[in-house]
Amino acid sequence: MKKKWLSYPYMIWMAIFIVIPMALVLFYAFTVKDGESVRFSLANFQKFCQPVYLKVALRSIMLAFYCTIGCFLLGYPLAMILASKEYVKKRMLLLLLILPMWMNILLRTYAWMTLLEKNGLINNFLGNFGLGPYQFLYTDVAVVIGMIYNFLPFMVLPIYSVLVKMDHSLIEAAEDLGAGRLTVFRKVTFPLSIPGVMSGVVMVFMPAVSTFIISRLLGGGQFSLIGNLIEQQFLWVGDWHFGSALSIVMMILILISTAILNHYDRDHDNEGVGGLW
Amino acid sequence: MSEKNRSENIIELVNIRKEFDDNVALKNLNLNVRRNEFLTLLGPSGCGKTTTLRMIAGFEQPTSGQILCNGKCINDVPPYLRPLNTVFQRYALFPHMSIYENIAFGLRLKKKPESYIKERVSAMLNLVNLNGFEKRSIESLSGGQQQRIAIARALVNEPEVLLLDEPLGALDLKMRQGMQMELKDMQRRLGITFIYVTHDQEEALTMSDTIVLINEGEIQQMGTPEDIYNEPKNAFVADFIGESNIIDGTMVKDFVVHFSGATFSCVDSGFGEDNPVEVVVRPEDVQLVEKEKGQINGVVQSVVFLGVHYEMHVLCDHGTDWLVHSTVMSPVGSEVGICVTPENIHIMEKSRKAVAVDVGGADDASEVEA
Repeated sequence: MKKKWLSYPYMIWMAIFIVIPMALVLFYAFTVKDGESVRFSLANFQKFCQPVYLKVALRSIMLAFYCTIGCFLLGYPLAMILASKEYVKKRMLLLLLILPMWMNILLRTYAWMTLLEKNGLINNFLGNFGLGPYQFLYTDVAVVIGMIYNFLPFMVLPIYSVLVKMDHSLIEAAEDLGAGRLTVFRKVTFPLSIPGVMSGVVMVFMPAVSTFIISRLLGGGQFSLIGNLIEQQFLWVGDWHFGSALSIVMMILILISTAILNHYDRDHDNEGVGGLW
Repeated sequence: MSEKNRSENIIELVNIRKEFDDNVALKNLNLNVRRNEFLTLLGPSGCGKTTTLRMIAGFEQPTSGQILCNGKCINDVPPYLRPLNTVFQRYALFPHMSIYENIAFGLRLKKKPESYIKERVSAMLNLVNLNGFEKRSIESLSGGQQQRIAIARALVNEPEVLLLDEPLGALDLKMRQGMQMELKDMQRRLGITFIYVTHDQEEALTMSDTIVLINEGEIQQMGTPEDIYNEPKNAFVADFIGESNIIDGTMVKDFVVHFSGATFSCVDSGFGEDNPVEVVVRPEDVQLVEKEKGQINGVVQSVVFLGVHYEMHVLCDHGTDWLVHSTVMSPVGSEVGICVTPENIHIMEKSRKAVAVDVGGADDASEVEA
């Protein structure tokens, strides 16, 4: 193990930007201000257990859950198309999928605001058929749409990479043994792509459960999700202790969901994020 | 059933042509596969043998021509409805299923009762000598065992024809030889037609009832291993099947041929008089004798010991380079005589063009290992 010193910059980096901030978050979460001094307390977590905050957490999980399902339903067929024989050589399509990710999330979300507005494109279009106008903006539906739009590539890419690498002779073998196209998908293609699906689910669920930009812009001003709640505590209320406690709760939520996913994925070799466990 | 018995050919390929984009993979291929025979499609990499097999299996469509099975055209029949099963080059076992589930795959799709499936799976495992492997995972198997499972998975469906695409390509020599014997034995016992693709001429000679030698999308020769080895139709066949000395010569008249600066008697006739021909002599048929006693004389250029025999290059006075296999070694630089008996001289019509051959199909082999 020569050249060990090469790793020192990373160690220092990790210490400054990961370990110390984490320690600070933990410190704030388990303490409260008592006049001028600071003392250990679980009050922040007790505060979180009030119904109003639990509701927010539950809502975050539900919306992230819908978003993940939406991304899966949209993303899997898309990944299959991209990985299919006809398109796999056309890198352009994959680029088109990734391209929006190079744009700022704020911009992308603003774009959806103009689409979903009362006088937006969608309502105008529906108006042509005598429908609407509907209230899309500032609803949960709008938030979920925004999440799906922003996080879809995170679902498509891991599935795509699994499908592209899949040995095509497995599909031929299944056909050879008497499986029609649907059976091939059900019994071979899909089971073998589960590691990719798992990675995709984790990679979509994590940012979706913690987003605050999308819910602020598309969901209206109120702190509707746990991400907004945290933002609120740090930026406006100034209660860093409660904000830190909320962050830790969210981390635990994500860890639990990853662990659950991983539990179901245990039979497969996993290379993705789920493999952290 | 009566109709089946009438036709002796189980698979017929009629005027098959296959193009990939601009490449012609197969040019007007006609081939009949008889019931219960072990037929080998042999040829160098990229000759079209695998394409032929894949068309029979249904994974590729011919550009033109017909594929008949039991006398009926199956061009439009999808792979899963054809009464054939395939053993793939890299086994293609389902990694997410146990061995039991892999073998049961085809039966489950046919909705067979579980008790029947269980019985058949264990019978198949017995056939391939892997009793008690039901619960094992695919990764825990060696290459040879995986190949046996792949064969069991195909045979459990009781196909009329088993297609094998270089199934032993990834195995080491010893295991390959063992499996060759087992496959041949299995084919005889089960009475199933085997269509076997390989680039290994030794494998083809060992196992086949019929060898179809293909090059550049055309059948070069079709016949029993003995026919192909002893009576190659052209220089490509002679060169591909075993090693040979292919020498330009002149047919003086029936049963007399002149080559390498000497006149030999031979057993071939019908090539006209004073016609240019190609003469094939197998290296093991060349006898090295004392200098004065040979029909032609030469000097040994190199000697390589190959276990069973020595491989020697002898440059004869006339300038022809002879490849000689012999159990007796003549040292480098020694002058020797060369004798060939009439029945070991084989005459072929002169091929119009020289055929470049990549013997051994290095491409295929490296693909497997990658």
